Amino acid sequence: MMNLKNLFPIYRNQPNLVYLDSTATSLKPKSVIDKLREYYEEYSANVFRGIYPMSEKATTEFEETRTIVSKFVSANNSNEIVFTRNATESLNLLAYSLGRKILESGDEIVTTIMEHHSNFVPWQVLTSEVGATFKIIDIDNEGYLDLKNDKLKILKQIVTKKTKILTLTYVSNVLGTVNPIKEIISTAKSINPNIVTIIDAAQAVPHLKIDVQDLGADFIVFSSHKMLGPTGVGVLWGKERLLREMYPFMYGGDMISEVYIDKTIYKDPPHKFEAGTPAIGEIIAFKEAIKFLNKVGMKNVNEHEKILTKMTIDKLNSTFGEEIRIYGPKNIEHHNGIVSFSFGKYHPHDISQILADNGICVRAGHHCAMPLHTRLNLPATVRVSFYIYNDEQDVERLIEGLKRVKKMLKG
Amino acid sequence: MNIYQDIILDHYHHPHNQGIISGRSVEVSNPLCGDKIKMMINFEKDKVKEIKFEGVGCVISTASASLLTDYVKNRSKQELKKLDSKFIIKLLGIDLGMNRIKCAVLPLEALHKLLV
Repeated sequence: MMNLKNLFPIYRNQPNLVYLDSTATSLKPKSVIDKLREYYEEYSANVFRGIYPMSEKATTEFEETRTIVSKFVSANNSNEIVFTRNATESLNLLAYSLGRKILESGDEIVTTIMEHHSNFVPWQVLTSEVGATFKIIDIDNEGYLDLKNDKLKILKQIVTKKTKILTLTYVSNVLGTVNPIKEIISTAKSINPNIVTIIDAAQAVPHLKIDVQDLGADFIVFSSHKMLGPTGVGVLWGKERLLREMYPFMYGGDMISEVYIDKTIYKDPPHKFEAGTPAIGEIIAFKEAIKFLNKVGMKNVNEHEKILTKMTIDKLNSTFGEEIRIYGPKNIEHHNGIVSFSFGKYHPHDISQILADNGICVRAGHHCAMPLHTRLNLPATVRVSFYIYNDEQDVERLIEGLKRVKKMLKG
Repeated sequence: MNIYQDIILDHYHHPHNQGIISGRSVEVSNPLCGDKIKMMINFEKDKVKEIKFEGVGCVISTASASLLTDYVKNRSKQELKKLDSKFIIKLLGIDLGMNRIKCAVLPLEALHKLLV
């Protein structure tokens, strides 16, 4: 099993740390932190402005990240990569700039019950403003999207010629379910060739090899901070034709080409969507995160997480038996790096607090997926999630921690 | 300091004033963690004669409800209206992080609604 902890400085500063909340945000390797420091200490100028060397250096480094991101997801070219603040902003950008452009009264937007609030609320609001219909794909009892029988039959009942947008997550941030995105997109497009497909890949790009050409989607969104990179950087990948047709998002700063008293001409994508000074240092350092992942290899990242996920599910079941209830698919091939569970009658907040007192970081709550928890008839769950720096000891410490929870609360 | 002190755990395992009475009642909840408390109360003139609660909650909200319902008996509406989150923290006698204060004050929210 890979041991990469020594490349993450936080483990030196917090030797007792068991970090099991990478779905919320990942830890950062030294190379990313060093690159951030390099920008701030050596060439901290604005981009696209100065003729002087420092600004040119910053601009070159900044645009180099765009190229590296575009190669990482196999985009056609770097003009298809828009930098935002996070995946949430990328989705809101789409609701605003694309949704308002193409959605009319009587149209439909289709999403799923397992979405993060970020891929649910913007569309709920948009459809209600426009007078369109908001349709939701359900899940089955095992946590799969309810469309696997009879070749996506349910999808064929939900997606119609009136469906302008299909937007869904690649990997559930609670259940860990890996959705069959490619099949869903091709089925949706066979029903309605004009449908625009959006994939929330915030929990997928950090963990799986993503090839946007192969997926067949029109847009994908993800966040730097969940894939070893700095906070404050999100990505929107979109087909260039669609990016050109969309409205701008915010106005001013770098997105302008020419301004007259009576009109303004905007830059071409991606800069059309990047108003104002971006998170320059963070975007520059983001490429070091991708280099790190490329060095490890996405196949190895995925294998590593699978081993830990399986180990955790097996140990939870063998140690606590009936008291543990794990949500999401039983088939580990469809279950990615996330284990959400209930434990006896113990409250998730008490469980996570007692674990925290023992240096173990997990998440408790509805994980920004309240419609899903309502569907599961659960107020909250405990969520454990893995990344490349976790190892068997982390799983052992979790199991020991949960034994302590039981000892303390069983009464 | 560990918030799971023996006294807190004791109130969690054996809550005081848990049950149902007929009288004024109110239900409050915290959608973030799913805690739900129903509180029932009867007054004699201006003073609390009896009070009960039921619901689902974490250690902190359950212990807080248990301790608070003990405290309020025979006290006047006037006096109880003044209780705030600082009082609850003192009543529990533990150091709560910013995320758990909400659990602790949920029973107080119910009480305040019954005093209106």
